Amino acid sequence: MTIQEIHQRLVDRFGADKITGINDKAIDPWIEVAPAAIAEIGAFLKSDPDLAFDSLNNLTAVDYLETDAKLAAKFPYQPHIEIVYHLFSFTRKHRTVIKAKFPRWMNDQVGQLPELPTVSHIWAIADWHEREAYDMMGVQFLGHPNLVRILCPDDWEGYPLRKDYQFPEEYHGVRGQ
Amino acid sequence: MSTVIEDPRIVEFDVRTDEMLVNMGPQHPSTHGVLRLLLRTDGEVVHETTPHLGYLHRCAEKIGENLTGPQWIPYTDRMDYLAGMNMNLGLALTYEKLLKIEVPQRAMNLRVLIAELGRIASHLVGMGAYGLDLGTFSPFLYAFREREIILDLFEELCGARLTYSYITIGGATHDLPVQITIPPGLASLTGKSPNLKMSWTDTCLMFLEWLEKRIFEYHTLLTRNSIFIKRTAGSGVMSADMAISYGCTGPVLRGSGVDYDLRRDGEHIYTRMYEGYKFEVPFAPFAGVKNIPSEVILGDNWCRFFVRMLEVTQSISLVRQAIAKYPTAEGTFRVPFKMSTKLPADECYLETECPKGQMGFYIVGDGQAEPLRARAKSSCFCNLSVTGPLCEGILIADIPAIVGSLDIVMGEIDR
Repeated sequence: MTIQEIHQRLVDRFGADKITGINDKAIDPWIEVAPAAIAEIGAFLKSDPDLAFDSLNNLTAVDYLETDAKLAAKFPYQPHIEIVYHLFSFTRKHRTVIKAKFPRWMNDQVGQLPELPTVSHIWAIADWHEREAYDMMGVQFLGHPNLVRILCPDDWEGYPLRKDYQFPEEYHGVRGQ
Repeated sequence: MSTVIEDPRIVEFDVRTDEMLVNMGPQHPSTHGVLRLLLRTDGEVVHETTPHLGYLHRCAEKIGENLTGPQWIPYTDRMDYLAGMNMNLGLALTYEKLLKIEVPQRAMNLRVLIAELGRIASHLVGMGAYGLDLGTFSPFLYAFREREIILDLFEELCGARLTYSYITIGGATHDLPVQITIPPGLASLTGKSPNLKMSWTDTCLMFLEWLEKRIFEYHTLLTRNSIFIKRTAGSGVMSADMAISYGCTGPVLRGSGVDYDLRRDGEHIYTRMYEGYKFEVPFAPFAGVKNIPSEVILGDNWCRFFVRMLEVTQSISLVRQAIAKYPTAEGTFRVPFKMSTKLPADECYLETECPKGQMGFYIVGDGQAEPLRARAKSSCFCNLSVTGPLCEGILIADIPAIVGSLDIVMGEIDR
């Protein structure tokens, strides 16, 4: 199926409130969805026989922020975080990209982690990918069975892949920087 | 007085009677690097296996956000350090997809040649180390003897033995050397003079001819060895649905009976390299292969191991075909690529078939030369995630057999 057909099918099923956009001009065309609805959309993407996206190839978070004031004027994006789902279907042999965009902090309060539902019950690999996204980017996945850090130590502070991350001065007596 | 467990997720403090927590790793030889498995055991039976990662985390993705594409290539070498060439190729292709760079025919020919040679080297280590996990030492020594010659050939090609950074954006850094002194290992094995000078391609062909005869010996030594079959066949069985749901790729997926290989089924920018090449994709239950041991079940450790062994044969054939095409391949080995090339405000994701599975790179550009986000989706990361469910209710001695059959490299998992 082409990206337009996938998009149309999702809009027919969920309506324009939950399927908020499509970019078919990009190198990898993507469909934008409402973050709160990602779990039901994911379940539909996997179970619908025409879509049948049985494999989650990649799940990752991207922090759109330019901290350098000089470069910020030319920065082509609004500050936000997005979770990107790269899906593939072994039965239908087609791919798609689903994006969920949300503010960098919940309620614009620095320190309040943004939240969205987990998809780990749909694709088992999302369990580890979501743990990594939480570890690196500080995104809470609601309903995740074991949302703890995966690459960093459990007592690590901050979310290293955020653009405004401050490198620690010391960790357990080891000096940084 | 009973102890109150504040957070039941922290298994270290959740000790029950008659059960024992055993730490396997992070310095255990059969965990293939610094992997720590926390086992909840009852006698010899393992009830729960929790992998703990991150001991080798080197912030590769954060570093990648501050470097341009060509500068990040050396970091990809250090992810899967047993197949550096294939990792270079994955990143180079992703940048070429993002920047729409056309690569000359000769560069593509070189890439197939080198990537398949890298695949042989990686599978040789996979085979040898798996034997080591199960307690047999000799296959490991044979595998390293063979791999040494591939490393010598790579050294003549680009000067490095493990961290090549050879395949770069727009092609490769060098063309094949015209004349080399044959590797000392190859000279002693074939009885040739160590001062013999030959072209790189002839040396490679000589090595392949020698290696092909040895594959039969490995099958006698491991594949059809009754002890090896007893340790591997019938344990660690994974269904195709489970493999797909856990994102398993490469030989692990094909060992579960899914006929899928990106070299044939991937995106055009990758598969066009392999156009005009003849190769088969081996997958369980191995139609056409005789004498499969009767103990073998579809999707067990033995199947995953055997897929790798058959892939070595296919790669030998691919390298030969690439060498045959090399003299007539058109164009140069590289198109120039400026380090300061600005990336468009776009993004792309590309997966390539690395020896251990599908390695994906995801690059987001924002108008500068350095990407906004440089993500490396590790194949071993996904393959390892299946250990928890696979290692339930088995014996402790089967854990190295299962983890070894996944053929993981911690450098790629932790990045």
